[in-house]
Amino acid sequence: MSLFDFADGREGYYGDYGGTFLPEILATTVEELRLCFRKCKEDPTFWAEFVELMRTYSGRPTPVSYLENLSSKLGGARIYVKREDLNHTGSHKINNVMGQGLICKRLGKKRVIAETGAGQHGFATATMAARFGFDCKIYMGAVDVARQRPNVFWMENLGAEVIAVQDGQRTLKDAINECLRDWVTNMGDTHYVLGTACGPHPFPEMVSFFQAIIGKEARQQIIQEAGKLPDRVYACVGGGSNAIGIFQGFMDDNVELIGVEAGGHGPDSGLHASRLAYKDASVGVAQGFKTYFLQNDDGNMLETHSIAAGLDYIGINPILSDLWEKDRVRFEAATDEMVRDTLKLVMRTEGLIPALESTHAFALAVAEAPKMGKDEVILINQSGRGDKDIFTVADTIEDDHWKEFIKDKAVEYGA
Amino acid sequence: MVLEQYLRDRLQQKNLLLMTHVVCGYPSFDDNWRELEIMAEFGVDMVELQFPFSEPSADGPLFVKANQQAVADGVRPADCFEFMRKVSEHFPFKVLMMGYYNTAFKMGHETFITKLSAAGGCGYILPDLPVEEAGELHTLSKPKELAPIVLMTPTNTDARLKILGAAAEGFIYAVARKGVTGGQTEMGDDLKAFIAHCRQHTNLPIAVGFGVSQKADLDFLRGKADIAIIGTAALKAWENGGEDGLRTFFSGLLG
Ligand SMILES: Cc1ncc(COP(=O)(O)O)c(C=O)c1O
Repeated sequence: MSLFDFADGREGYYGDYGGTFLPEILATTVEELRLCFRKCKEDPTFWAEFVELMRTYSGRPTPVSYLENLSSKLGGARIYVKREDLNHTGSHKINNVMGQGLICKRLGKKRVIAETGAGQHGFATATMAARFGFDCKIYMGAVDVARQRPNVFWMENLGAEVIAVQDGQRTLKDAINECLRDWVTNMGDTHYVLGTACGPHPFPEMVSFFQAIIGKEARQQIIQEAGKLPDRVYACVGGGSNAIGIFQGFMDDNVELIGVEAGGHGPDSGLHASRLAYKDASVGVAQGFKTYFLQNDDGNMLETHSIAAGLDYIGINPILSDLWEKDRVRFEAATDEMVRDTLKLVMRTEGLIPALESTHAFALAVAEAPKMGKDEVILINQSGRGDKDIFTVADTIEDDHWKEFIKDKAVEYGA
Repeated sequence: MVLEQYLRDRLQQKNLLLMTHVVCGYPSFDDNWRELEIMAEFGVDMVELQFPFSEPSADGPLFVKANQQAVADGVRPADCFEFMRKVSEHFPFKVLMMGYYNTAFKMGHETFITKLSAAGGCGYILPDLPVEEAGELHTLSKPKELAPIVLMTPTNTDARLKILGAAAEGFIYAVARKGVTGGQTEMGDDLKAFIAHCRQHTNLPIAVGFGVSQKADLDFLRGKADIAIIGTAALKAWENGGEDGLRTFFSGLLG
């Protein structure tokens, strides 16, 4: 089953979702990008170049680890983890970014811009820009700048300019708006490195294309490590790029695919970012594409919340919206509370430190594994590592030693 | 077409028409009304009433603030239609809806067209709705004589301008430069060439917007374009000087 065999006149659509809804001024730029991407996709040497770059620069292939302690503690399915956290810069975001770096080179552009939520995508883009010699500007909501300072620190030191976006709710969606404003102004020399499988065509397809490397590797690896295909694959879903990345490896198999969204404070709290698992979202058109959005009856977007900055987004990958409606992907939500507990459990039993985003996938797997048989296999996509979340995690577990350290530092800096 | 004919009639008397813009409910509907009274005093020919949207990604800082404030104040599309009805009944100028596509999409195309028509609107400008996606709305607009306004931009290829020209009704909204609303536009040879280029692909009146803010800009556009679009500059004048500020602004613009 190919997700990208578009019907005539429906290029960029997945069922009813996707499309290109942009100001006319970008029509030529987006068309140029679409054609460049088509050429690259059809050229096998391009994929080979990408894989080689990821091997030598980012440590791919990332391994699949068996979580023996956790599996036996839960007493159900055998749990395996695809280790995207072991990429350079600590998450799957680098896959898409290095791929788009190669595209940007072919487009002959010298400047890149990107939005970022958790900062992982901005961090990866700043890294790519340094490596390829591009100028780089990162837009990040002011709320996210405040909660993800370690990534801001690295972006700036890698030579990127980080703009704290003060509009709207000052998170990921507002950073995307700001990127669109930059792009309509500077499209001549600038490529917009969108960080997830959202936005106007060809972005969902292009981001999925590069992230497919996760699923391609994982399918072979799990067969080797577990001796069989997984029964279930879990991935967290913010915009939906790591999920579509790993899911693509198992599209044609009898494997259940589970997307886990940010449940925040729960279903009726109004403080979450679950577009499909909860009932608050409806179909709309914003930020260049049609999909399910958390919006009110007037089509204005709602506030969203998650403990994980990278999942805190109003819209969702249009490919996933379609796969959900076709019952090919099941959607669930993990609340902030579940995520906190799961993180502690995974750290103590396995010595893994998943990003708060990725911990959502773990949380659902941990909840469901005990009800599964010992012969069954679970594969979790650990999309990133949790180092960046040190401030948030320290806050929620109220770590006294950490607080003392911060106070001492503050004194040292003359606060 | 009602709107096109209206514009052609006006163009018999004036060589450059004026279209202005207000963001509905910002700072308030009362302020909007007083702004519109001044605009009418100065003989403005058309007004775009922007329906506020939470993600105004094609707007510059001042309109972004206006959209967000209005949304935060609870301004809803129903309020905007109601306001539009009062405006179109009271004022001599023609009124258009301007906004983002999701506002129309969420209420449904038919509802949108019906309400717009009932409110006395003459057309609509949805800058994030490309012509490929506008087919159904355009079809529904025809029996109501509503003009779907198409934008032409300096980055469009000839092939694209041809498609845009074929889809357009009422008038063409020619975007004077790259970028978002607000900010400066250089009124020079490039713009002159761009307007001429648009003419090759349409017989409709051409309105030029983005960065049109002063008398010199209007002088430049006279003889080249048919309509000048004043957006951010008028809101800035209102914010800085209220009624007096806006009157002074229009006196300077048209003096
Ligand atoms: C580690 C990690 N996982 C997941 C995500 C969510 O993005 P996506 O759903 O596109 O994979 C992010 C986003 O910032 C992230 O940093």
